[in-house]
Amino acid sequence: MKDEGVELTEKQRKARRSRSIAIALALGALVIVFYVVTFIKGGAIVNRPL
Amino acid sequence: MALIEETAGRDVYRISEATAGDYIELLKPRVMSLVVFTAIVGLVAAPGSVNPFIAIVAILCIAVGAGASGALNMWYDADIDAVMGRTAKRPVPSGRVRPQEALSFGLILSFLSVLTLGVLVNWLSAAILAFTIFFYVVVYTMWLKRSTPQNIVIGGAAGAFPPMLGWAAATGGIGIESVVLFSIIFLWTPPHFWALALFKCKDYGAAGVPMLPNVCGERTTRNQILLYSLVLAPVGVAPWMLGFASAGYGVFAAVMGAVFVWYAFGVYRMKDGDERMIPAKKLFGFSILYLFALFAAILVDVIVGDMLRLFSVGLA
Repeated sequence: MKDEGVELTEKQRKARRSRSIAIALALGALVIVFYVVTFIKGGAIVNRPL
Repeated sequence: MALIEETAGRDVYRISEATAGDYIELLKPRVMSLVVFTAIVGLVAAPGSVNPFIAIVAILCIAVGAGASGALNMWYDADIDAVMGRTAKRPVPSGRVRPQEALSFGLILSFLSVLTLGVLVNWLSAAILAFTIFFYVVVYTMWLKRSTPQNIVIGGAAGAFPPMLGWAAATGGIGIESVVLFSIIFLWTPPHFWALALFKCKDYGAAGVPMLPNVCGERTTRNQILLYSLVLAPVGVAPWMLGFASAGYGVFAAVMGAVFVWYAFGVYRMKDGDERMIPAKKLFGFSILYLFALFAAILVDVIVGDMLRLFSVGLA
């Protein structure tokens, strides 16, 4: 069956890729920031009994 | 971000060709760099110590919040940006980013920056950041900018909040010192922007933005520039007079303030109908240097003071 999806031009493909990489980096940074601050601030989450 | 747009009633799609760079441009990186710098000064000048990673997170949130308000400003002002030479190539008026995309981008970043600052640093700084974004986007961009020639006098407060934000992030409070840093930027904004407005008067006029030169005339603008400069110069010295900067800073700020007033006096003496506007261009250039130099001096002052204190503790 023929694919009827939208065919992206080279420019559109490159633009989408650059946006995707930027979103991935931003989300990755956000995860790292929250992870590290959780340890710095400590508290109930880090010090809970196992 | 809607990446495919269906044109009503037709089977035509528009696929976004906006790159990450276009979205970064929406954040107004130049304005953001000044916001980051003044926020760092507020944070470093604050008493007590703050975890370096928390400090970096705070500055990052303030930078993203400032960028978000820049994106929302570009969304709302796309119509006037399109007719001004200085701003016509911005992502929205040039068609690289759709207005709806800029709006969504700005709102999401505003929400994320305020929430992250509140959860990870403290809620006072988050509240000030939220108020700053609201003030810049709603009070300045949507209301004052198009309705009064005093737009940048009141709207200037939005640009003056970053050192107070840095201070609040470090201490969880608002001290007189952070109010002084706020006042320096607040009083600096009118002469800085009116100097620009003098030689970009036609651009603002064409866009229908009521700046002081095209509403009240050049004479009034030149008087106002001199008056604000005369108030700004002593306020620039206030950190020393109030005891949170050294005498070295005080002398430096006094000299820089005197030079500022000298340039403002040059603008005051400019002849009516002067097409070249050299004194206004000189004042505009120097005003950027002035603000940067004063805040850099406070930063150096604090760092040197801390090092001397550590050194004297080591000797004892």
